[in-house]
Formats: sequence, C-alpha cells, structure tokens
Amino acid sequence: MDFSDTPEESEFRAAARAFIDENGPDYLVPYLAKSGFGNTNTGDYDTLEEAKKWQKSKAEAGWACLAWPVEYGGRGATPIQNVIWSQEEGLYGRLSGTFIIGQGMCAPTMMAYASEEQKQRFLPKLASGEEVWCQLFSEPHGGSDLAGLRTRAEKDGDEWVINGQKIWTSGAQHSDYGILITRTDPAVAKHKGLTMFFLDMRSPGVKIVPIKQANGNSEFNEVYFDDVRIPDAQRLGEVGDGWRVSITTLMNERMAIGGSIATGFPEIHDLVKNTELNGRPAIEDPAVKARLADWYVKAAGLRNNASRMITALSKGDMPGPENSMGKLVAGNMMQDIAKFAIDLQGQAGRLVDPDVAEGAARFQAMLLRSPAVRIEGGTDQILRNIIGERVLGLPEDLRADKGMPFNEIPTGS
Amino acid sequence: MNFDFSEDQKLLADQVQRYLSDHCSMQVVRRALDDGERIAIDVWTGLAEMGLIATAVEEQYGGTGAGYLELCLVAQQVGAHLAPVPFGSTVYLVAEAISRLGDEATKQNWLPKICSGEVKGALALVESMQQVTPDQIHCQVVDGKLSGSKMIVTDASHADLFVVLARTGDGLGLFLCERGNVSTRAVDSVDLTRDTAEVTFEAAPVTLLSDDGWSALQTLFDRAAVLYAFEQLGGAQAALDMAVGYANERFAFGRAIGSFQAIKHMLSDMYVSMKLAESNCYYAAWALANDAPDLPLAAATARVAATQAFQLCSKDNVQVHGGMGFTWEFDCHLYYRRSNFLALELGGLSEWEARLVDTLALAESA
Repeated sequence: MDFSDTPEESEFRAAARAFIDENGPDYLVPYLAKSGFGNTNTGDYDTLEEAKKWQKSKAEAGWACLAWPVEYGGRGATPIQNVIWSQEEGLYGRLSGTFIIGQGMCAPTMMAYASEEQKQRFLPKLASGEEVWCQLFSEPHGGSDLAGLRTRAEKDGDEWVINGQKIWTSGAQHSDYGILITRTDPAVAKHKGLTMFFLDMRSPGVKIVPIKQANGNSEFNEVYFDDVRIPDAQRLGEVGDGWRVSITTLMNERMAIGGSIATGFPEIHDLVKNTELNGRPAIEDPAVKARLADWYVKAAGLRNNASRMITALSKGDMPGPENSMGKLVAGNMMQDIAKFAIDLQGQAGRLVDPDVAEGAARFQAMLLRSPAVRIEGGTDQILRNIIGERVLGLPEDLRADKGMPFNEIPTGS
Repeated sequence: MNFDFSEDQKLLADQVQRYLSDHCSMQVVRRALDDGERIAIDVWTGLAEMGLIATAVEEQYGGTGAGYLELCLVAQQVGAHLAPVPFGSTVYLVAEAISRLGDEATKQNWLPKICSGEVKGALALVESMQQVTPDQIHCQVVDGKLSGSKMIVTDASHADLFVVLARTGDGLGLFLCERGNVSTRAVDSVDLTRDTAEVTFEAAPVTLLSDDGWSALQTLFDRAAVLYAFEQLGGAQAALDMAVGYANERFAFGRAIGSFQAIKHMLSDMYVSMKLAESNCYYAAWALANDAPDLPLAAATARVAATQAFQLCSKDNVQVHGGMGFTWEFDCHLYYRRSNFLALELGGLSEWEARLVDTLALAESA
C-alpha cells in the first residue's frame, strides 16, 4: 500500500502540470471557481464553445481521454495516470461536463461493438470534443425498468426504421451523435428483444424538446423519433443483444460518475467556518461538529473507495456493482447538506437570487437540484437493489413480468 | 500509488482468519460469557504462539517486525470473531505506549514478555461518569508511588501491567505500573464477553513514560484508533454476513425474506456503511504505517466511520432476525454488545466526531 507517486508518476504529473500551466484557459478560473452545482460558470464566455476549445487543445497535445488507445485519440495511459491528470486539471475539469456521457459511456460501447472503420472515424472526434454524443436510453415507460422500453426499430432492407420517444437525455440539444437502445422484437421476453444502434442526431425525423425541470433549468430533453432511418451498419452488437450491450454502457457509467462525484462537503465546511451561530463560528457548535464529521467520513470514504477502484482497474479488474454506492451516498448527502446549510442561514436561507443569497445561492441551487441526483442514472432504490442482489447475493424480488413476452406484459394503461 | 494490501499481507489475514474460525468459534466466545472469566486464554496463547501479538513490535524486542499494515489485518480478524482476549489493551495501548514512550531498559524489560503472551496489559484512565478531561484525573503519583482508583478499566482483571494517567506535582503524567499493590474488582459491562474492572492503586511503584501525559495519551489514541477501527470493521462485516445469511435462509410469505426490498435495502445500507468504513480504514492503515502527517485526521475518520458501521450492522442484524434476534440463544446480541462496547473504548462517537472536525481545521491551517 503506497499513496505516494512513484518516480514515473511524478514525472507524468510534472508533464501534465506543465501543459496545463501553459495552455489552461486561465481567464475562466474566477468563473469556474464559482460554478454552482449542476452548471458550469464561464461568465460572459459561451460554455460549450469554451469547453470545446479546451478539449481540442488537450487532444492536440495528447491530453484528452488519456486511458484510450492512441489510435482513437487517447494516450494509452494507465488508470492511475488518468487520476493524476484529473487532480492536476483541477478547476478546468469543470469544462468537461459536456463530454462525460459521450466519452465515459458511449465511447466504451463503441470500442466494444463498433467496426474498426467506425472507431477510426468517430472516436478521435469524440476525444477532441469536435463531436458531442448523448445516450438515448430512458423512456416514459422504461426508467427504472429500463428493459420495459417501447421505442421500436423495424428492419427495412439495409436500414432500420425507428419510431418512439426517449426522455431524460442529457445534452441531446448539443449532440452530434447518440447511442440508442430500441425494441426489435416485442414477441419475446423484454430483455431479449432489444437492439442497440448509434445514430446521427441530425437525421430526419429526430425532434429534440427540452424539459423544463423542477429547478427551472433545462439540462435534459425529450427526443422523438418519427420514421428515423438508421443503416444496419450502425447496429452495435447482434439483433436482440441490446441488453447485454447496454450493460457495457451502464458499467462504464459507474466508473464515469463513481469516482469524482460531488458531495457538497467542501461547500458546507466553508459555510460553517464563516457563519455565526449563537455568537460563535458555527463550526464550534457540537451539533454542527457531529454533522460535519459524519459528512466528512462519507466524502472521505467515497474518495478512498475511488482510489481502491483505480487500484483494481490498474490490476485489470472491471469496476464492479459495488461502485453503485457512490451516487447513493453522495445524492442523499448533498440533499441533507443543502437543507442544513439553509437552516443555518435563518429566514434568509430562502433567497435564491444569486446576487443576494449567500455564496451566489450555491446551497439553494443544491437544494433544488439534489432530488434529481437521487433519481438520474439509477434511483436510490434501484441502486440498493443492485447492491443487495449483485453484491450481497440476495434473491431477486418477485417479477410479475418474468419470462413473459413483452407484448403481453400488463402496462396499467 | 497502490491502494491495496499486498498478497503476503492478505495471506497473513487468511491464516489468522482460519486460526480464529477453528479456535475462537462462537462456542468459545460464549464460554467466556458463561463461565464468568471473560477471557479465552487458549486463544490468547494461540495468538501469541503465532507471533501475532508481536506483529508490529521491533525484532530486537521480541517482535516479528512485520508492521502496522499487518497488525491492522490481525485486528480486523480479532474483531470479526469477537475474540474475548485483551488484544487491544495489550497491543494497541500498552505495547504501543512502551514502544513509543519507554526508555531502552523499559522496552527490553517488557516488550519481549508482551510478545510472548506472558504479560497482558490494560490502560487505566477513567475516573468519573463523564467524557474524560484532564481535570477529572485525581489518581496521584507522589515520590514514585501511585495511589487512587480507576472506575472502568478494560481487561484489568487479567492484566499484569498497567499504563496509567495520573496527577504529578504540576500536571499529568503517563506511567507504567506493575500488578503488585494493585487490586481489581470485576464489574459488568455492556459486553459480558469482555473483562472490565475497577482498579485501585495503593502506593504502587511506577515508571514514568511521559511527563506530558495528556498529550502523550492523545498521540497514543490516534494510533490505537486505527487499530480499534479495524476491529470494528471486522465486527461490522461479520454482523452483515450473519444478517445476509439469515435473509437468504429464512422464508416468510413463501419466499426468502432477503427478496423483500424492505429487508434488502436495509442490508444494502449496512453494506454501504461497512464499505465506507473499510475504505477509510485502509487509508488510515497506510497513514499509521507511514507516520503520515495526516494520521490524526485519517485515524479519526476511520474511527468515526467504523463506529457507525459496526453499530448499524449489529443493530440491523438483530432487526433482520426478528424475534429470534432478541434471544440469548442467537448470537446477534453478542455483536450488538461488542459494537457498543468498542464504540466507547478510547471515548465515544461524539468525542471522535469533535476530534475529527478539530483536526480537520488544523490540517487545513498547516
């Protein structure tokens, strides 16, 4: 066990830092530092444009998607080098939000299932941020029960014709491509009739409608498919094998979000040092200490857990289902922290105007965004099922649709 | 960067695990409970013969010199098996105090006897029904002789050697005191598989370990906290395993109760708590083995996490077992008792929470 850098790791760190010092968009630092939860602050600069610019300059120097093979636009770096890079990238890493889904989830699926030619064509541009990807999985009728999805794909010659609707697609409005899971056979059991594709988001018949969320923002979209045609060559995996393909994506989702997830700890720690309670800094109050300690233990536990995952990865292991715990812990924690922080601000805690509220209304933003953290990418309840069944080996819950052909499953509507 | 125990270290953990499974089964733990001795002396001897008491003691003093990472893994197994032995008192507290604070003669004199299992130790600290503060210490050393009483001392009935916090002319000192002129009276604690006693010193000769006793004790606690956290982690894992086993076996409403989400989600939360503790313990093990500057913070973090995990896992293990979990016959109460016993060793959760936050402030300003 050793947490220090080896000489090679130190050298790598120095090289990363040199590149970042030389090329980082330092004019954005004051804004990035003030990024609230769920949005990247770039002041008067356009966030997407700035994100693409930084990504491109990283890619040109071989600092994008470090763990990918060189021929696909990466650096062939080890998992540990990848971590060192993100430690050094620091605030600039907040510009990567736009690319997380494409690079963290779509790309591994493309690497596993696309043809060599497709990989050469698409992966380098994904790495460089020139093309943005999204993931078209959830549906109004298939959220936690993802395999209950209804979007149809029907074969017509060398093409597939897609009809249906996806929902909760992050970043669809900026995306050039997407990976899409569809139902190709409604007459077999629900997990068996699925097939995965990737498609051009500008294909005729694709309509993107932003969702106005409960917090007033619009990160997510509905995506409608009306006779959208996809060449069979853009199928990922075999017909009917879409469930297995989607597991590749979802497993990488754990890795993409598991390690670096925001918890709200640094923010609450900062607040209790600088807010008074009964005439003394709040941090001196024993009740505040107890809560702060509990949150620190969780934040540190997640960080140390991520380090263990990276060690496992560098030994060639896959990220396991136990990494589902990251979001489960962080989402609840963030919601609790927001509530507590606002309580400490007294009646003024209700203000959400960033010009007036404490810390540009960071805790209010957290309060209003955190409910989604507990739902997106697997609800708290689904994550507990995964831990219970796949980690602890408990029996599955009874499933009323088990083995039943999809088109005979009761829908309640 | 490598955040895992080595293959050799894991092998050692397996050996200890096998030994304790064979020799420290629940029947053995229950014997310590029923016969009132509150110690499994054969297990103690066995651990000594395997060199496990000597794990982190330097070779020149009879230790195996294996190290602290190894000792953490041994502690985890001792905790998992609820071993009724004075392992923590002797190894994490008394042997540590001597190794860190004793002069050469003291180390030569005591450490080999501790390593061989011949001498067992205890930390005599508490004098009142409150969280310990320096002004509550009234035991006093005058002319090298210690007098006074300590209210609850873990493993005292079997101890040959005490580390004692006592008042000197102008402050608090940490002392070493042999058994002579010391009387003990066993008292029941929440964990009846563990010995606790009231200890009275009557002009007992002592050796000074530190004349800045309070601060020496805090340093000792930072190190011991990591090791106790590993014991708690082992206990949490064992209680979780027991609960999962039962949830798989026990049927109600025609199905295994573990298939009900109410039970499954409770078990998942136990797992998460245990896993957070485990990862924090790993980091603290590294900090302990390397005397890292952030040891106090890492130790408090591991300690708080492990206390939470063992308390949650043992409490909800009872819940998963339903009514049977509240019988004397089922082992659930043994974990529940041990978790609440260990939670207060070195001071309770609220003390460690405060300590964590205070250390965090120091770590930041450094």
